[in-house]
Amino acid sequence: MKFEDEPVPGYPLPILPGHTSPGRFERVLRAGAFAVTAELAPPDSADPDDVYKRARVFDGYVDAINATDGSGANCHMSSIAVCALLTRLGYAPVMQISCRDKNRIAIQGDILGGAAMGVCNMLFLTGDGVQAGDHPWAKPVFDLDSISLLGIARALRDDHHFESGRRISFAPRVFFGAAENPTVPPLEYRMQRLAKKVAAGAQFIQTQYCYDLERLRRFMRDVEDAGLVDKVFIIAGIGPLRSAKAAAWMRTHVPGVHIPDAVIARLEGAQDQRREGIELCVELVQQVREIKGIHGVHVMAYRQEESVAEVIDRSGVLEGRVPWYPGRDQPVSADRKVLS
Amino acid sequence: MYAARLWSVRHARGLARVYKAFEAALVTLSPLLRRIGYDRLERPVAASERAVKGFLFDCQMCGRCVLSSTGLSCPMNCPKNIRNGPCGGVRDDGHCEVKPEMRCVWVDAWNGAARIPGGLHAIQQLQPPVDHRLKGHSAWLRVLRERDAGTGGPA
Repeated sequence: MKFEDEPVPGYPLPILPGHTSPGRFERVLRAGAFAVTAELAPPDSADPDDVYKRARVFDGYVDAINATDGSGANCHMSSIAVCALLTRLGYAPVMQISCRDKNRIAIQGDILGGAAMGVCNMLFLTGDGVQAGDHPWAKPVFDLDSISLLGIARALRDDHHFESGRRISFAPRVFFGAAENPTVPPLEYRMQRLAKKVAAGAQFIQTQYCYDLERLRRFMRDVEDAGLVDKVFIIAGIGPLRSAKAAAWMRTHVPGVHIPDAVIARLEGAQDQRREGIELCVELVQQVREIKGIHGVHVMAYRQEESVAEVIDRSGVLEGRVPWYPGRDQPVSADRKVLS
Repeated sequence: MYAARLWSVRHARGLARVYKAFEAALVTLSPLLRRIGYDRLERPVAASERAVKGFLFDCQMCGRCVLSSTGLSCPMNCPKNIRNGPCGGVRDDGHCEVKPEMRCVWVDAWNGAARIPGGLHAIQQLQPPVDHRLKGHSAWLRVLRERDAGTGGPA
């Protein structure tokens, strides 16, 4: 299955009927394929090659690449810059926008700017608190929250105006996403919060890590009962755990990560914990795939991004599909080598 | 005060009724208040609002009160000021990601909303971003002003 009129970096694809963006990611989802996205950890560097190297490990395995926006409240290259670099080569980035560091004036500017540079997918987040990161003394902005930001973004895209009401002359054509965490309290109301995000304009959802499939299943049952399965593409967050120790650290230090004891015990009992983590991740991908209403997986393999290809390959979720990457359809030329 | 705030959420049902009655009284009094002049009343009313709501809800005087839509749990006490919460960082014990000693404002909000008739419907309303110019001003008088202008909904 091929979803793309091949992209020429800098030139948008035609927008298909019923689509809001010219992007491949939306096409994959709307065509009913199981989508794969991965998270690119932005470099602590000003070298574009650091971005390209990190993107290239996903080549052939992902439909879109998330560029995080100061995730964990740590300082890195900005999400908009990573996206700008990625679109130069034709990659399909998901530009994450967090409300923690910018007010509505800056964010609206970024939405227009990102779209102008060919970003077709944006994910709106409230963001981690500054206490989680390397600058806990920074000023938390939080002028907006993810839901009010979705409303503002929708006004830009669909009604062609800023929050102030001032008109824009060319609207951003972007597929809107939001995050949800089905694994933390209040579990009984998580679906309702999702409903709010959908009402505010979210078209796809990428979830926080789901290591507790019981909680995810419960959430998805609620989503189905509320009639939301056909209204939003839910993509489950997954990631390989490096060791029992790393897992235990993550669940105490990274906000919103819930890892059941059984998972940690399983890693502890393994001879090669790293292998077991990948094994577990492959199983999780295969299991979430069977859950009704899950349209893809979002692999967050922080500092072991090279394992994404193996996880996806072994899970078999692409069913032989090879998502586009620069050079997929042509022999590698000398120029390309210089570029990437 | 944190203890009073928790008490208010636990007693959201009764308190919401009292609050509604108070709002009705305010509306009844509005011709008189209007004659005195809302502007002249701003300071004393804002001061008493700060005292009452500060004690009961840890009100932050955002000027755009949404307590009736949030189970009487003030969203401005959320360290991220989320008006449409909760975020994805809530700890397994229901406490806040940023302030581990505090229960998530939005866990309280949903619990409070479940106690108020129609509360779970109200909490589903999409709350627009806050207008920071209103900070420190009386939300009560704003409701009356908007009522007079025919632009406002319920507080």
